[in-house]
Amino acid sequence: MRKLLPIILVSFTAFLFLIRLFYLQILDESYDEVSTNISVRKVYDYPQRGYIYDRNGELMVGNQPAYDVMAVPLEVKEFDTLELASLLKLSPDRLKTQLEKAWRYSPRLASVITPQLTKKEYAFLQERMHKYPGFYIQKRALRDYNVDHSANILGYIAEVGDREIAQNPYYQSGDLRGKQGVEEQYEEELRGERGVKHYLRDIHNKNIKPFKEGKFDTLSKKGSDLQLTIDSKLQAYGEKLMQGKRGGIVAIEPSTGEILTLVTAPSYDPDLLVGRKRSRNFTELYYDTIQKPLYNRALQAIYAPGSPFKALTGLVALQEGVVGLEEKFRCNGGYTYARGRRMGCHHHPSPVQMITGIAHSCNSYFAQVYRRTIEKYDTPQKGIDVWNKHMSSFGLGDYLGYDLPVGRAGLLPDAEYYNKAYDFPTYKWYASATLSNAIGQGEVLTTPIQLANATAAIANKGWFYRPHIIKSIDDQPVQEEKYTTKQVTTIDKKHFEPIIQGMHDVFNYGTASFLRVPGIEVCGKTGTAENYVKIDGERMQLTDHSIFVAFAPKENPKIALAVFVENGYWGSRYAGRISSLMIEKYLKENIERKDLERWILDHTLEDEYAKPYSGEPFKINQ
Amino acid sequence: MPKTLVQVDWLTLLIVAVLIGFGWANIYSTTYISPEEPVLDFTKIYGRQLLFIGLGIIISVVVLALESKFFERFASVFYVIGIVSLLGLFVFGKTIAGQTAWYSFGAFGLQPAEFVKTVVALALAKYISDFGSDLKKITNQLKAFAIIGLPLLLIMLQPDAGSALIYLSFVIPLYREGLPHAYISTGFMAAAVFMLTLKFGFIIFAPIFTVLLIIVYLFNRRKKPKLWKYFLAFFFGVGFSYSVNFILNSVLLPHQKERFDVLIGETNDIKGSAFNLYQSEVAIGSGGWTGKGWLKGSQTQGRFVPEQHTDYIFSTVGEEWGFIGTSLVVILFTLLILRLFHLAERQKSQFSRVYGYCVMSVIFVHFFVNVAMVIGLFPTVGIPLPFFSYGGSGLWGFLILVLVFLKLDAKRNSLN
Repeated sequence: MRKLLPIILVSFTAFLFLIRLFYLQILDESYDEVSTNISVRKVYDYPQRGYIYDRNGELMVGNQPAYDVMAVPLEVKEFDTLELASLLKLSPDRLKTQLEKAWRYSPRLASVITPQLTKKEYAFLQERMHKYPGFYIQKRALRDYNVDHSANILGYIAEVGDREIAQNPYYQSGDLRGKQGVEEQYEEELRGERGVKHYLRDIHNKNIKPFKEGKFDTLSKKGSDLQLTIDSKLQAYGEKLMQGKRGGIVAIEPSTGEILTLVTAPSYDPDLLVGRKRSRNFTELYYDTIQKPLYNRALQAIYAPGSPFKALTGLVALQEGVVGLEEKFRCNGGYTYARGRRMGCHHHPSPVQMITGIAHSCNSYFAQVYRRTIEKYDTPQKGIDVWNKHMSSFGLGDYLGYDLPVGRAGLLPDAEYYNKAYDFPTYKWYASATLSNAIGQGEVLTTPIQLANATAAIANKGWFYRPHIIKSIDDQPVQEEKYTTKQVTTIDKKHFEPIIQGMHDVFNYGTASFLRVPGIEVCGKTGTAENYVKIDGERMQLTDHSIFVAFAPKENPKIALAVFVENGYWGSRYAGRISSLMIEKYLKENIERKDLERWILDHTLEDEYAKPYSGEPFKINQ
Repeated sequence: MPKTLVQVDWLTLLIVAVLIGFGWANIYSTTYISPEEPVLDFTKIYGRQLLFIGLGIIISVVVLALESKFFERFASVFYVIGIVSLLGLFVFGKTIAGQTAWYSFGAFGLQPAEFVKTVVALALAKYISDFGSDLKKITNQLKAFAIIGLPLLLIMLQPDAGSALIYLSFVIPLYREGLPHAYISTGFMAAAVFMLTLKFGFIIFAPIFTVLLIIVYLFNRRKKPKLWKYFLAFFFGVGFSYSVNFILNSVLLPHQKERFDVLIGETNDIKGSAFNLYQSEVAIGSGGWTGKGWLKGSQTQGRFVPEQHTDYIFSTVGEEWGFIGTSLVVILFTLLILRLFHLAERQKSQFSRVYGYCVMSVIFVHFFVNVAMVIGLFPTVGIPLPFFSYGGSGLWGFLILVLVFLKLDAKRNSLN
């Protein structure tokens, strides 16, 4: 019995050890990964972000180097907090919280302690970093803007947030990613592919040799260069004209759907969102809730389209055959359409037909042809749906499918919409209830880009390409089906001739006759839209929006545009002038009408915008 | 001499040789800098270990050449020399990392505690065999304990708790020679109570222990068990469990208490107290079946495991040689210990048998404590893996310990 003790002890020990070793080495597979984490260092190579050019090959956005101070918390040893904090120009508390945040992100992966130092700060720090094990400097590229405009088109780049890291495994703490605009839309093309090298390292953090002869290493791939459809000069000019005003300009090349200009005002200098000053400036822009400089009015603001909508009303009436071109309508300063209900009109020669109706922008005329269109069908529901189908074919009431990350659908009412609004069938509704749609003042809401696109469709006499902003990637023209498929409207080509003639006559003898561009046949339409705001719960009417759509030349049009100027009063006052100048700039490059240009540059609407916030009673439309 | 060579147990020698050889290969892996550098460079750890192995062979030959009677005859003289060498440390010793355990000779050091194991084994064998001491008697037990306890105390004073722990292994030969069961069973019970209390706490342990005791008593009722034995077990178990906290907080030093916390997973400070064990487990765990290959372990080559060429050498085996390598080492040690057991049992003289038992027990406890520590089954205790870990004193100490016994075994028929 006593002899058995050693045998029992030894056998039991051997058995125990083998089980434990089997568990550690075979069953528990987590150690492989841990071991790799401990002993393999990944060194990343961030490629250059792609450059962005305008349609004429002019460089808009390039790169400049920047340097992030990173830390791997597990490797951080005791260090002089005060000294490092002053080197990094951080408060000691900030440094501490950044390190704690890094621990929470991962003890083993690198986190950014302070981002985007300049080259000079880097040179100074580089010599001192060896004193702080666990910290190192990662080189990255920041944007370098060649232009001071187009901020809302281009977007900006910023460090990825925790949520994005969780959602997309490609990104790591400290990575930069496009936000808004082209930077966001074409992030994958622009960023390229990060390269990585694996090194075996020792406990002192020295690289010993490549891990597994570089089997897992990848080369970085440079980001692609983009060429936009934007005309940088025209864009700059548009933003200049819109200074001191709010609203948007969208210009499209009708034959291709390429966006030539996408101005939103007010905007900001894109350089404000570069480097360390980015977050402070961003906060400032973000919390400017009155001017909303980050809000892209050209894509996101929805306005009543006003009178330019009459061109579409006319087209639908012609297509439905409810009015003849020669048929004359009288206008006695308005149109009474129900007992006690009257739509007013301004003073102009009477009677009018289709062409003169457009040129003089007669409310009565379009109210009546609209009414006939709806009442052509047994029920107003059917009528509205037919009208809606025609209008939809111009790209209204839905997202246009352009290649920018923000937008609004606008509103194009249909039968269901009115049934709900009037509680049908408990209450009935008739064409007269929707009559304001005829002149773009009813329920219809459009974004500037939608209206520009509809104008391009009129210029093309019945078709358009989806508006887009990408022209080529790495010198390869983008041939995406989405942007090369003709979108055909439901209106026959022949009906466009009189409408275009009417829009041409707007400049000949109509509402914009003083805005003729010498030597160019321009077609256009003025618009004035009533509008209301709610400030502190109180609904008030403000000065009308000034709206203008135009295309030129009349034959073989090169540019179609829509201009919205908030509270600019009547159409030709601001939007018409701006449209006329934009066309002259684009087609003739030089502005001959210096006094017209001077007028726009000298006039701002800041006083108008201040009115509702002054707290005092104010007058509008003066 | 030639006769001895024929009679010596070659199987034991072979296992020892394989362990030393394999050990050196692993030491080389943990310390080499570049494959181009010469292996025989005595400024490098792997080079010095080669030197120690060479000297070890000479020492072995000398031990085998000595007259077998010599060891028994001069056992008490050796013992006195051993004790003096330990005492001398307090005057001439060199203090490294808080421990005064070394005599320093220029670049080399000598650790007497590694050799004292052999002299204690000889003295114990001599005491038991000479006087035919009956270990059932308390006085004889106390004398035997004194032989073990004196060097143990001196080593504790260095302080080197790890090396001192090894002296508990001498209880195994004493038990073989008649020490009452109570010592062994009390010892195991104390260890079990200590670990269980540590893991689950007194509040949970004490009631369960009591209930179990009652159940065992009720089962054995027919055999008419002595009730006082159960009461004794109860008071001992519950009382000892109650004092575990006291031992942890007041008897053990803070770093020793921390090692227990690490073991039971109470502390998970992998940057601090749990760093060694964590790195060691990662190295072993990432080895898989066949390991990453000699000189190719990323943890080993990155030098992430501290003390990897000495106490943590087994983790290199785990990483670079995988489960195949670690089980080979475990099996080799098991074979060695069982072989020594077999040899000890076949001795005709009581002196040789007791000594053989001592050798087996010392090697077993070293093996158990070291490997259990490296794979996370035992708190951190700084003792080497026999024949495997780097170090001259340790290697020579173990070689002398084993070869004296092999010499005795070779001459077992002429000794009485």
